[in-house]
Amino acid sequence: MTEIVVERPSGTSAAARRMRFAQRFFVAVVGNYVFRRVLFFLFVVWLASTVIFIIPRLSGQDPVKEKLLLEAQRGGHLQSGFEDMARTYQKRFGLDRPIWIQYRNFILDLAQFDLGPSIAFFPRTVNDILMDSLVWTIGLLGTVTILSFVIGTLSGALLGWPRAPGYFKYLFGPLLTLSAIPFYLLALLLVFLFAFRFSIFPLFGGYGIGKVPDFSLDFALQVLRHAILPAMSIILASIGFWALGMRGMMVTMQGSDFMVQAEAKGLKAGRIFLRYALRNALLPQTTALALSLGTVLTGAVLVEVVFRYPGLGNTLYQAIRLSDFFIIRGFVFAVIVSLALATLIVDITYPLLDPRVKYRKG
Amino acid sequence: MATTYIEPVVKPGPQNWVERNRLRILPIYRYMRRNPSLVWGIGILLSLLLFVGYGTLFYPHERFRPLSADVRLPPSTTYPFGTDTQGRDIFAVMVRGIPLTLRIGLIAGGIGLVLGTSLGFIAAYYGGWVDAAIRTVVDVGLTIPGLLILILIAVNVKGGLSVDQMGLAVATVAWVHPARTIRSQVLVMREQLYVEIARLSGVSGLGIVFREMMPNLMPYLAASFVGSVGAAILASIGLEALGLGPFDSPTLGMTVYFNIVFSSVVVGMWWWLVPPIAAMAMIFVGLFLIASGLDEWANPRLRKRI
Repeated sequence: MTEIVVERPSGTSAAARRMRFAQRFFVAVVGNYVFRRVLFFLFVVWLASTVIFIIPRLSGQDPVKEKLLLEAQRGGHLQSGFEDMARTYQKRFGLDRPIWIQYRNFILDLAQFDLGPSIAFFPRTVNDILMDSLVWTIGLLGTVTILSFVIGTLSGALLGWPRAPGYFKYLFGPLLTLSAIPFYLLALLLVFLFAFRFSIFPLFGGYGIGKVPDFSLDFALQVLRHAILPAMSIILASIGFWALGMRGMMVTMQGSDFMVQAEAKGLKAGRIFLRYALRNALLPQTTALALSLGTVLTGAVLVEVVFRYPGLGNTLYQAIRLSDFFIIRGFVFAVIVSLALATLIVDITYPLLDPRVKYRKG
Repeated sequence: MATTYIEPVVKPGPQNWVERNRLRILPIYRYMRRNPSLVWGIGILLSLLLFVGYGTLFYPHERFRPLSADVRLPPSTTYPFGTDTQGRDIFAVMVRGIPLTLRIGLIAGGIGLVLGTSLGFIAAYYGGWVDAAIRTVVDVGLTIPGLLILILIAVNVKGGLSVDQMGLAVATVAWVHPARTIRSQVLVMREQLYVEIARLSGVSGLGIVFREMMPNLMPYLAASFVGSVGAAILASIGLEALGLGPFDSPTLGMTVYFNIVFSSVVVGMWWWLVPPIAAMAMIFVGLFLIASGLDEWANPRLRKRI
């Protein structure tokens, strides 16, 4: 006798319906590519904040006290109420509470992007100071990244293209060498050659000395003139990176079926190059763009130090010299958040560029 | 009939060492011809080491300390690279600084490689949640530039980092890339027939790892090592250029830092700026060439591409 299983018609009871909805919701949202990327972004930011919280406490150093001590030594004498003063500051910064409360407050503050007050420039906040320099860094880095990506990718494509003019292959050696040299070494060389030897460009700064930033044409030209050397050092050093990657991809494209088909159809060389080879070789470059952002940014920070360019790098350098731990901490946090955000954006837009990558699986 | 004694003809063997070992040298020579970047890379690094060796033996390299010479002297026969603002002999600084910088790279790269390889093996071998955890941490590590974490560490160490501490600090971020490379290689390798056969013949897990997989991973390990040494030196120089390096050691990065602080370019002291930059460029280009040479060794299919 067969057992008869009476299957309950699904969707009758409210509980079952709710259950099914939860299931679908789970599959749709949690299994979703975008959701997982966002989750990863939040995870990166949380982990970074935790590391930022833990490292100073492992060292057992008290940033406020250190700074006060330094100031007192500079002033030549240690005030009698020094310990009291340090305690007052600690209370002000909430450093006298139990550690988990400190951690909770820290994370809450960071979640609202409140990076706290600066120690060296006390009434000003870290947000305020970072914002001032952020504009310069974004302006420089944005332009430079786009320029070097375009130039590097194009020259790489021509390097890997058998029908390109012969003299292109002489570019290969110099590009290879440049790609191995860090940005700021190149920056130092450029400063030496073009600012000192030939005095074509200014030695340092973001605009002329004694200028007040305004929106005049004169000021814009000055900014441009000051930006050329820093930009050149980043562009020259990173062109090689893009060119090498692109060249490799172009070479693998050569043997593929769609290239043979395009040739057989008798398409013009330019069309094959742009629409068939370049278009397909471009995809991995975009992934590389996301991965290289961190390297480019930290490299650019050092270039800014070399040129005393008024961006984030110079702010960091000053903060280190003044041992202003809060600015350093704020800098690290801000950079990590913006990098994670940039990676998130590239990750989410990537499937739009490459339909083969589906949103479902990461 | 007199028996004539025939003097046995002993062909004189080739006196030349090269002629005698022809069969041994030839394949090496052929490989070197095929892989010029490896040869160039090793050559560049060797020439740096020769410079250091010469300086250590025949040059009064104690003059790397401040105040051991007159200040701001341009290159001369006594001071081949001149002296800096604080009276260091720059030739002596180079002789002492190049090995120190390489030392930071080797410490960090070595620890990073061992740590990264072990984690890569563990992740690929055990799979499941262990793999998921390690992969997530590696992904986070790839998103966050190591230099940022290093800045936090260096700022919080009282009295600054020494050279060896610097190597250790850089090692904490140097394991990420090797871990990723080795993990993906082991994942591919695990499915290969020879691993399968070893497993079926009852070789233990560790036996498979060390006797079957390791030899095949050698080129990747070597490339990873060179890569992480380069990255570690890059990170350490970045840290030093920001003023977070060992102030009492004449590393290349500290020399660059003093160049920036004392604006050597503005004063026109090119002899102070050029040697550290040249040495660093040689280190980076050399390591890069070795890495791409090793790449060619690991993937012969890439041959003639780089």
